[in-house]
Amino acid sequence: MPLAAISAVSAGALAYELLLMRLYAVSQWHHVAFMIISVALLGYGASGTFLSFTGPWLRARFRLTWSANAVLFGVTAVFAFGLAQRIPFNPLEVLWAPSEFLWLGAIYLVLMTPFFFAANCIGLAFTHLSSRIGHIYGYDLVGAGVGAAGGIVVLFTFRPEQAILAVLGLGLTAAAIANFADGRRAGLRGLGLIAVISVMLAVAGPERCSTPKISEYKPLSAALRLPAAAIVAERSGPLGLVTVVQSLKIPFRHAPGLSLNAPHGLPEQRAMFVDGAGMSTIARWRGDDPDALTYLDFMPEAAPYHLLHRPRVLVLGLGGGEEVLRAHYHNAHTIEAVEADENVLRILRGSLTDFTGGRFAADKLRVHIAGGRSFLAGTDARYDLIQLPPTGVSPSGAGGFAENYLYTVEAFERYLGRLAPGGLIAVTLPLKLPPRYSLKLFAAAVRALEGFGGADPSKHLAMVRSWQTITLLVATQPLTVAHIAALKDFARARSFDLAYYPGMPRAEANRYNRLEEPHFYDGAVALLGPDRQRFMTRYKFDLHPANDDRPYPFDVFRWRSFHEKLALRAQGGMGLIDLGYPILVATLIQAATLSSLLILAPLIVLRGGGAVAQGRFRWRVGGYFLAIGLGFLLIEITFIQRLTLFLGHPLYAVSVVLATFLVFAGLGAAVASKLIARAPDSRTAERQAVLAVAVLALVGLGFWPPLQDALMASPAAIKVPVALAFIAPLAFVMGMPFPLGLAVVAARAPALIPWAWGINGCASVIGAVLAVLLAMELGFTAVVAIAAVLYLLAAWSFGHD
Amino acid sequence: MISRRAWLTGALATVPAALAARPPWAAEPNHARQRQRMVAVIEAHARANSSAPLPYPIAWIVLDAMTRVPRHEFVEPRYRDLAYADRPIPIGYGQTISQPYIVALMTNLLNIGSGAKVLEVGTGSGYQAAVLAALDATTYTVEIIAELGEKAADRLQRTGYTSVETRVGDGYYGWPEAAPFDAIIVTAAASHVPPPLVAQLKIGGRVVIPVGPPFTIQQLVMVTKNPDGTTETRQLLPVAFVPLTGDH
Repeated sequence: MPLAAISAVSAGALAYELLLMRLYAVSQWHHVAFMIISVALLGYGASGTFLSFTGPWLRARFRLTWSANAVLFGVTAVFAFGLAQRIPFNPLEVLWAPSEFLWLGAIYLVLMTPFFFAANCIGLAFTHLSSRIGHIYGYDLVGAGVGAAGGIVVLFTFRPEQAILAVLGLGLTAAAIANFADGRRAGLRGLGLIAVISVMLAVAGPERCSTPKISEYKPLSAALRLPAAAIVAERSGPLGLVTVVQSLKIPFRHAPGLSLNAPHGLPEQRAMFVDGAGMSTIARWRGDDPDALTYLDFMPEAAPYHLLHRPRVLVLGLGGGEEVLRAHYHNAHTIEAVEADENVLRILRGSLTDFTGGRFAADKLRVHIAGGRSFLAGTDARYDLIQLPPTGVSPSGAGGFAENYLYTVEAFERYLGRLAPGGLIAVTLPLKLPPRYSLKLFAAAVRALEGFGGADPSKHLAMVRSWQTITLLVATQPLTVAHIAALKDFARARSFDLAYYPGMPRAEANRYNRLEEPHFYDGAVALLGPDRQRFMTRYKFDLHPANDDRPYPFDVFRWRSFHEKLALRAQGGMGLIDLGYPILVATLIQAATLSSLLILAPLIVLRGGGAVAQGRFRWRVGGYFLAIGLGFLLIEITFIQRLTLFLGHPLYAVSVVLATFLVFAGLGAAVASKLIARAPDSRTAERQAVLAVAVLALVGLGFWPPLQDALMASPAAIKVPVALAFIAPLAFVMGMPFPLGLAVVAARAPALIPWAWGINGCASVIGAVLAVLLAMELGFTAVVAIAAVLYLLAAWSFGHD
Repeated sequence: MISRRAWLTGALATVPAALAARPPWAAEPNHARQRQRMVAVIEAHARANSSAPLPYPIAWIVLDAMTRVPRHEFVEPRYRDLAYADRPIPIGYGQTISQPYIVALMTNLLNIGSGAKVLEVGTGSGYQAAVLAALDATTYTVEIIAELGEKAADRLQRTGYTSVETRVGDGYYGWPEAAPFDAIIVTAAASHVPPPLVAQLKIGGRVVIPVGPPFTIQQLVMVTKNPDGTTETRQLLPVAFVPLTGDH
């Protein structure tokens, strides 16, 4: 069989992982990379167990079973997502009906199916063509690497539901290649089969099956339910699906926190969504009616313009351009915007030009296509105001596990460094009771100011709130009496409350939008006082500021108060629970249960006799493969998250990191195979490899921050090879412990091989989710340190014999 | 979306139904008992939260109204077995019928008596309007989604709440012909308080807005109109929760 067939299947499987991540981001969750990786590993693990029982039968009919698995991979790849979408899982309902988690389990099972068939292809090839094992590795890994990169490249041109057809094509092509090698007749038979399947699929409409059905609870669905609402522009790309909706009959009137004192109404708006959420608005304004924009001055985001005169403004996150318009309304000296997704700008400069009066044209507005942090690292420009629009928070708190590098302590330090003397940072967030995200952000600003030229943070901060939003102001220089007077005038005229300013009396904190207690003020004062640590410890939400090592600004979950909040959920306390963390824990339980059931249990039940006979050695084998399975995924997932800032987007990080790990871990495994051939029961190589992983992982993570800072502003053509070169040596040695350990087991107790395989598979499935959970609790450095300890334990468990 | 429990219950329910074909009203005593239990749960929640910044206890007229309104008539048939459960229920179109306790809290917060004139923006299932009508309030309700509005109007007619005035349209502008109102409840998502609604509010009247994503109430916003026409806004956490440990 030509080994190109294996490349085709591997490429398809990896591309499919990436496409699933995009499809789920659109249809349901914000960020599910770890879950999709876990699902894929479950498919691979279950396949290992399946082959350990059915291998001889399947190998006896190799061509047929291989081709069938390749075809099934392609076909199920098309339909699995469509079927998974029909499973009525609603993450918003999980705490009302825990049975919802059963549906999450069903989604796991459905989505793992294509990976199961792909893994069958690879596993069958390894066992049937064992004399060519080195070559198979090579073709498998090259295919996987091409798939990981190709999965991103196709998204520049095609929508994910269209790109899935390429996965189908790869599965069918693999089957065709496999058949052609066995003569013309078999080849024609294969082609005939494929033609029939293709026609059937064309009739079924595979694109229709995979089109993401956006959750009815997402804002885009709500907008489209309005009478006479329609999509007027849409662009899909690797960073998201950008959709613009017009509502001709019922105006959008989107102005969160708008003061009741606003003298004029809102202009006509169109709504922009990214992946069906993150609504921002595009106002119809052609420069003719200045009153039409007055509303922009009656929102808390306008506060900085009352403290600065004709500022040079940088907006981080263009969206629908509301912040740009606000800057324009306030007569800003210059306005620049940074936007990560070029499709947003293409839409604003394309079909909406007439609606916007051309205000986004290149000669009128300077827009930098880059991540906010990358742009700031590469510019020498100074600004008077850096404005972050109210994005990034999901209303249910379900996005708590999404890393976000725009609100970390280091991010604030960068912003302060790019401001001119007297400049301001303004960040607006949705207001939540009791306060949590805003205070966590406040704490991050305090920490950043402490490292900023010996500043007294209490003199540099202010907060103003409406009933819907809260705006935090961070100044490079102490706020003056004039600043404070202006802020007070601004708030009074709009019936907004001041939540904090230097020297503010508590009595001023709760005048217009009255809370039972001035919690925002009390929290701000406590975070600036000597008892800050005690306050953060006693607070029932985690207010410790996010940093680049633990970049979860919207994760405020605390186990300590979870029980109390859970008990209050039916008493009107559901809003106290941020769903991200509980969903993650449930996913972990799910992954552990399913991997035990599908990978481990069959081995124990059907192959248990042989394993039991091995006594203590069995436990050492178990410990070793558990440790390296968990350790591998903890390192891999952490590197994906850590490199997200550097590469600009989680999907880019997944693509580059996965491809590098696959190729170089595979090379490591191939080299390990040669070592095994020389000395099958040698523990020296296995021990050295495991120790090398522990050392390289820790050293690598230590070296990364300065390397990242030095190259942050570089183009992708430099960043991607640097990331690859950084990961490659570690990935190479990480590929060795598994085959080396397996060789030791094969030499000493062959009956334990399925055990080793199964435990490693389980550990991988669990590790993918556990990595995120641990990162949220402890930070990336700690996760990699844990992984290093696991590798050391693995070395000990085999070495200690 | 198919409710598994509803399907199972439905399947099981066919057995006794087949044995003795009972008229629909025969189920009513059972629902009445369920409503009594529902109200007992509401009272228990209110008691547990008596230190929350909300009026306590919940007025008996509100509880009495909720004892009378057949909530099961306001949910889709497949969710009927959950109608009196202590939770919000999907009603389609990305909307939910609020948890009974939240309905009681919001109604209580409106602070209305018999004969009050109330506007509801966001009819949804029609249940809240029925509760208001059961309080003898003259109720006007507007729904933006035609299908939901028409269904709710039909349900209100069918269940005898014929005095409720329903309309499909844009609730932003309120119901000027019927203004002024003693109270307005905005259950539709609102990014800001619509000024026309404040204009249609009587002096001393209240606008109540629940804020939060579907299935969750983060806070209740209450806008009161002062005698000079200005407004005062209160933001209320619907639960007794102190964010610092040791401050109970």
